[in-house]
Amino acid sequence: MTENVGDVALPNRWRRFAEWDARPLRLDKFAREDAAHGFSAFRSPADPKPGIGIAAGKIAAMDGVLAHDFDMIDAFIARHHLDLSVAEEAMAMDSGLLARMLVDMNVPRTELVRLSRGCTPAKLADVVSRLNALEIAFAYSKMRARKTPGNQAHVTNAKDDPLQLAADAAIAVAYGFDEVETTMRVSRNAWSNAVACAVGAAVGRWGVLFQCSSEEAEELRIGMAGFTSYAETVSVYGTEKSFTDGDDTPWSKGFLTAAYASRGIKMRCTSGAGSELLMGFHEAKTLLYLEARCLCLQRGMGVQGTQNGGIDGAPLTATVPGGVRELMAENLIAVWLDLECASGNDARTSESEIRVGAKILPYLIAGSDLICSGFGSIPAYDNSFNPSLFNAEEMEDYLVLQRDFEADGGLTPLAEHKALDLRTRAVAAISAVLEELGLATPTADMKASVIVASGSAETRSFTPGEVAPISDAIKERDITVIDVIKALAKRGFAEEAENLLNVVKLRVSGDYLQTSAMVRQGRVISAINDPNDYSGPGSGYAMTEKRRHQVNDIRDQLDQGEVLRSEAQFEKAEARRIAYHATGSAMVGVAGDEVVIGISPAFGVKLFQTTAGHKLSDVLRVLVDAIAARGLRARVVRLRHTADTSFLGLSAARLSGSGIGIGIQAKGTAVIHAAVRLPHNNLELFSNAPITKLEHYAGLGRNAAAYALGEAPEPVIVPTRGEAMGSRYHARVAMIYAIETGLIEEGAAPHEIDLTFMAAPR
Amino acid sequence: MSKLGVQDYPLAETRPGAIRGKRGMALQDITLASVLAGEVTMADLQITAKALHDQAEIAGDAGRATLALNFARAAELVDVPQELVMSTYELLRPGRAQCKQELHDRAALFRQQYSAPLIADFIVEAADIYDRRGLFTYRF
Repeated sequence: MTENVGDVALPNRWRRFAEWDARPLRLDKFAREDAAHGFSAFRSPADPKPGIGIAAGKIAAMDGVLAHDFDMIDAFIARHHLDLSVAEEAMAMDSGLLARMLVDMNVPRTELVRLSRGCTPAKLADVVSRLNALEIAFAYSKMRARKTPGNQAHVTNAKDDPLQLAADAAIAVAYGFDEVETTMRVSRNAWSNAVACAVGAAVGRWGVLFQCSSEEAEELRIGMAGFTSYAETVSVYGTEKSFTDGDDTPWSKGFLTAAYASRGIKMRCTSGAGSELLMGFHEAKTLLYLEARCLCLQRGMGVQGTQNGGIDGAPLTATVPGGVRELMAENLIAVWLDLECASGNDARTSESEIRVGAKILPYLIAGSDLICSGFGSIPAYDNSFNPSLFNAEEMEDYLVLQRDFEADGGLTPLAEHKALDLRTRAVAAISAVLEELGLATPTADMKASVIVASGSAETRSFTPGEVAPISDAIKERDITVIDVIKALAKRGFAEEAENLLNVVKLRVSGDYLQTSAMVRQGRVISAINDPNDYSGPGSGYAMTEKRRHQVNDIRDQLDQGEVLRSEAQFEKAEARRIAYHATGSAMVGVAGDEVVIGISPAFGVKLFQTTAGHKLSDVLRVLVDAIAARGLRARVVRLRHTADTSFLGLSAARLSGSGIGIGIQAKGTAVIHAAVRLPHNNLELFSNAPITKLEHYAGLGRNAAAYALGEAPEPVIVPTRGEAMGSRYHARVAMIYAIETGLIEEGAAPHEIDLTFMAAPR
Repeated sequence: MSKLGVQDYPLAETRPGAIRGKRGMALQDITLASVLAGEVTMADLQITAKALHDQAEIAGDAGRATLALNFARAAELVDVPQELVMSTYELLRPGRAQCKQELHDRAALFRQQYSAPLIADFIVEAADIYDRRGLFTYRF
């Protein structure tokens, strides 16, 4: 319905909604809470009440189901997860009390872990659902198994190009990722991808664990050939129908868990909210309860850890009210059950950068065994798993978040000059392996295109079809990691050969099969020798001073020396355009046709351009000319007792015969003042120097003259488009201002300045 | 010999001479030089049942009974050929076995031929549940 206001017809919509429609957020879909159809994070009438019945030393009932009605999941949990020595004690405890214990720094993690072994899925869900998001994050920080946080990268590309995989794996290693995961666009390329990433991950340092996500039997074979060191694709589900629809059972997956360990390969399972909903077998139960079942299953199977927190179901879960809180809650159950947790934050849950940043923050602050179970270290379009929450595009945002919160997100800034060296080395290493093993002969052009490329759209290298025969040959010729190590060494890559050998040697002792194991500085650390011992402020993980400096050392930081160096570059050029002659103390003017321009202490002395980049000579020239255009005269004085804009302006006005003065700082902030006004009650203020153009300074001069002539001009407005001036300029501004205040002399009299403009070449 | 505990971890650091690959080569003897000399095979880079039992003891000492049990099951699989491992995994998937007896036969194979009682029990347990939950049906 269109309303009229008087004779004016109104459109039927407030335009703000159209603006909101255009924001990336509106690409996200939001589902109404609907427990009957599986769209509920925490509340559903179909969820069972927590409960346990024990008779004759056996479980007779669990969460409202009698033993003879147990489905496969109940049966597995009852037999393999529940510890009868603690079940009655834990189940008799008030859920509210357990919730409080989770956030009580005085209750040790070990005590809570002991109790978790007696909790049924419904009990675990009931307890953690009582915590708000902040409490969940805190409890997660206290309960995670290993003290030192880590992170995992995805390294893939849209062409399955081995040269690019090697280069990108080396980069991921340099950024500090503890694990690298690859997969492929074309499944038969798995072997080539595995070799390429294994070689790339051996550049620079050793210890990054590597996996190649592929079909279960193939993945295990690749592992046995020594190219991979861990796996995380063993999925479990929270309903029986989803499980069998996924073509597995708790026993088939439990068997596979033992099989991986028997080959010395680290393994974690995968589960996450939303998978049962996506598969259509949710039984109207909540996302959290179904995930609690998955996690109890995993502990029962004896797997050391889990990749959970939505994973492929995370984007769906995030559409539900409380969905993001649910993802945190399920991660908390994982660590409460003493599992290593690769805490999701992989599949991108939103098109909104604000939702993405908000999603990662609790994990960044709380820490996690692997904060992302796949940070896309490559551009979003090259991610063969689908775009991650964070991708190469957002790498520096993540690094800055670490620095902002002094939180160790597992990554270390990479100096620009090191990146090309690493890529060159990695491409040379994988090329040597391909040649040495007679698999392919990359050309110089292929290599060069990959080294500088940000993503596969820019490369002239292998296509998926060209990779397939390479991959087939690796598989069919039974090439193993030993062949690759020999090839590297033969071609002069001894360091990489040694690094690769060290990773394979991990499997002999099996130390890295323990919970939450990773390799740091050549040592296996895990929940055994690096247990999370948080017990309040000053305990638990803290960055060392060295680590803090690493995290802080992002690209392009400013300091005063840097500001002075950049100003010094302009000094000589300005000296050819303008000369400032101090001719003595400035007197109070008597001529009514003058406007005094009061410049700041460092103006043209140590600072030579405004924050908008205008030469100070140009700014003074347009001011002087604009005043002259109204038939008045500009007189310039240098104020030496203050650098404050208001007082520059007021002091200038008090020296001015007309009573009108202009105050201007070297950074370009300016004011028109009148001698009769209070210090901060100026006539016009030009506070946004970074967006103030020469035409605005001309308007400033023109209006100052108009005030001197007794007119009431329209004030000059410097239009802003809402730029975050503070974030863009304040660090520099504060440093510049310190240079100004450093020249202030208490009580120093203003100097009269004669300006000479020179027609120097620009 | 007393059981290992968390203080013995990581074994590669506390007893590098005692850690050996499948052919008996000590971990400390596996070097780039010995690889290049052709002395190292993939078997030398394979975990042994002993190493898994050691890790099971450490996991048990850390209070992780289920993880320890998995390491013990894994120890039983160390010398089981890859094809049998994979075909057993396949057999445990829904609808692959057509009756309880197929799984019981496989369990017996593990128990008798590979001295793998834990794995055998695990398969028998699956057979009972699969029977009760109707998994021995043909899946299209």
